[in-house]
Amino acid sequence: MALGLEAGLGDSVLTTKLDAVVNWGRQYSLWPMVFGTACCAIEFMSAAASQHDISRFGAEVVRFSPRQADLMLVCGTISYKQAPILKRIYEQMPEPKWVVAMGACASSGGIYDNYCTVQGIDTVIPVDVYISGCPPRPEAVLDALIKIQDQIRTESVLVDRNKDFKGILD
Amino acid sequence: MNETAIDKIRALFPDIDCKEVKGCIVMEVAPALLEQTMQRLKSYPDLDFGLLLDITAIDYLSYPQPKDARFYVVYTLRNWQKNWLLQVRTPVARPEKGLPTVSGLWGAADWAEREVYDQYGIRFIGHPDLRRILNHWQFVGHPLRKDYDIYKGQICYETDSLEKEIKARLLSKGIDESTMKDINTEMMYLNLGPSHPATHGAIRIFTALDGETIMANVNEIGYLHRGFEKTAENRTYNQIIPLTDRLNYCSAMMNNIAYVKAIETWLGLRITDRAMIMRVILSEFLRVQDHLVCLAANLVDMGGLTNYWYLYNEKEASYDLISRLTGARLTSSFTRIGGMYRDFYEGWEADMAHHLKAIEKGVNDSLKLVLQNRIVHDRTQGTCVLSKETAMTYGYTGPNLRSTGISFDLRKDNPYYHYETFDFAVPVGSQGDIYDRMMVRFEEIFESIKIIRQAMKIVPGGPVFVDDHKVALPPKERVYNRIEGLANHFKLIFEGVKVPAGEWYDSFEAANGELGFHFVSDGSGTPYKLKVRPPCFYAMAGYHEMVEGEMIADAVINLGSINIIGGELDR
Ligand code: SF4
Repeated sequence: MALGLEAGLGDSVLTTKLDAVVNWGRQYSLWPMVFGTACCAIEFMSAAASQHDISRFGAEVVRFSPRQADLMLVCGTISYKQAPILKRIYEQMPEPKWVVAMGACASSGGIYDNYCTVQGIDTVIPVDVYISGCPPRPEAVLDALIKIQDQIRTESVLVDRNKDFKGILD
Repeated sequence: MNETAIDKIRALFPDIDCKEVKGCIVMEVAPALLEQTMQRLKSYPDLDFGLLLDITAIDYLSYPQPKDARFYVVYTLRNWQKNWLLQVRTPVARPEKGLPTVSGLWGAADWAEREVYDQYGIRFIGHPDLRRILNHWQFVGHPLRKDYDIYKGQICYETDSLEKEIKARLLSKGIDESTMKDINTEMMYLNLGPSHPATHGAIRIFTALDGETIMANVNEIGYLHRGFEKTAENRTYNQIIPLTDRLNYCSAMMNNIAYVKAIETWLGLRITDRAMIMRVILSEFLRVQDHLVCLAANLVDMGGLTNYWYLYNEKEASYDLISRLTGARLTSSFTRIGGMYRDFYEGWEADMAHHLKAIEKGVNDSLKLVLQNRIVHDRTQGTCVLSKETAMTYGYTGPNLRSTGISFDLRKDNPYYHYETFDFAVPVGSQGDIYDRMMVRFEEIFESIKIIRQAMKIVPGGPVFVDDHKVALPPKERVYNRIEGLANHFKLIFEGVKVPAGEWYDSFEAANGELGFHFVSDGSGTPYKLKVRPPCFYAMAGYHEMVEGEMIADAVINLGSINIIGGELDR
């Protein structure tokens, strides 16, 4: 422990719950995998740039390799052509993992209610947090991040999440 | 100008019916004469239609006036030097038999014909690789046919392998597997994308590599196909404006302007001077934004992250002006047919002046890192060269075309909104390499700023809307207090702006090049058909020509340098 705190503790031992300490670590070191397909991805770029600075929330290590990430941010429209790729990438991410659907398109198909657009990515993969907006403002991305952090706080390391999910491609 | 063109064409093609529609010559050509006519249009030195802008089809199944055939294919051509625009219309009696391909004449026809096949099911005889392009390979039917239900989605379970295509491409370059065995090595196949940091969106770049050298490349697009055209057929003209935002979303407002300009041209509607200058200022401002994002991302791909902050932060700051003006940061939907949604806010001049200064500083800072930088030079100069001929045949426009040394810019060559009265230069490159493409964009930023500064000095007063309430919504006090006002409002909202029946093409110099709209109207408030001529689509169609023979790392920065925006590419 830093800050010289440990000096005051002497030989004593700290006890905590496993869930608490693991979740604490997970919350503040989310590594996003940005699945950016469309306009919303531009607003994600803004969320990452200096003015909004996503690193204030510990999530600035943006990975494009799903194997190194635990937070999937789906920024943009998902077409039926794209859906199998989305699913494949999601599956490549190691557990535990969380998914944010950014924007109207990812959440529900948005203004594209037509033959080529998936009407919400939750028909393909499980989603934890939805962000409204077309596109959402960068602050909304940060808000979603906080919501994910809150959710992580209440979870248990012993429970497998989303085991029973079945989407249109399963 | 077009008089000489139409006379020439009439003299050369005496049996073909031609007329002029809004500055565009329209020829009706029988299928039997198509090949020969296209050949002549391209190769007669007097005509020299070197640029195939677009190919699309029209399905007249539910069109009120009967036509000779259900399907027509329309080719849009341009002679950029003489500012001639021409459309060739050909009836298709049997789509399953189709028309002869023109892909031997223009490289651009390869993808354009694939799109027509995909969307309308019209075949092209002799096409080298006729398969779907926007929709997935498991798709059944042709969505832009009038009898295809817009809501009928089809699930794709697996992505296409592209194995056959890359092998064919290798063979066409004289490389087969045995050649590789001879030199005791094996070809490596590598995918960039569809989800890859280098693709800035969703494109799949499939390469066959010998070491790090790209021997062959085929590309797959359509991952962001969102059915713009089909959706547009189901919306009123003004309701389509938000959809246009999402074409090239890095410069959304430019698409808004281009779109309404096309309709106003057909209506013969002259917008107010104030609206016109507003559109000039805003489209140049958005051109700057678009180039900033393109350059920032391109330099990040090269490892120059500092440039990203210099360039992108200024763009981010400019959002303050845009959101104050339009209420949105990115997707502004700021135009309406007949004018602008709102006037400038009070004090915008000071904000604009401030942002322009900041952008200049950011760009100059970035240039300091780039201009004398040996690494940037080595990586970009002489790599992924685009020759004039390749650029022309694939239908490149905008900064990509200009980087090859061809100074075609619609603002100069076919000016609208009084662009001819502004003092600005059209930067051109000399090599057509990545460096030139970047530098053309850098220079265009300065030129656009110049235009904005000139325009800001002459902003006229007056309304931003025409006073014609068949087109533009009446002011609210008239809607609430007068019956005609209420009727106008009601009709415009429910039925849309009534656009006289006909077909026309209109284009605009957007940040990425010629952004065109081809409309077919049946006289109602909803377009019967609306086709976008997206500049990116054609830039991507010629991408393989630039990267074959180069290194894989060059492919990454080359993609950034031609500025592919998924929304516009796949629509
Ligand atoms: S929600 Fe809106 S901004 Fe986001 S991808 Fe969809 S259309 Fe674009």
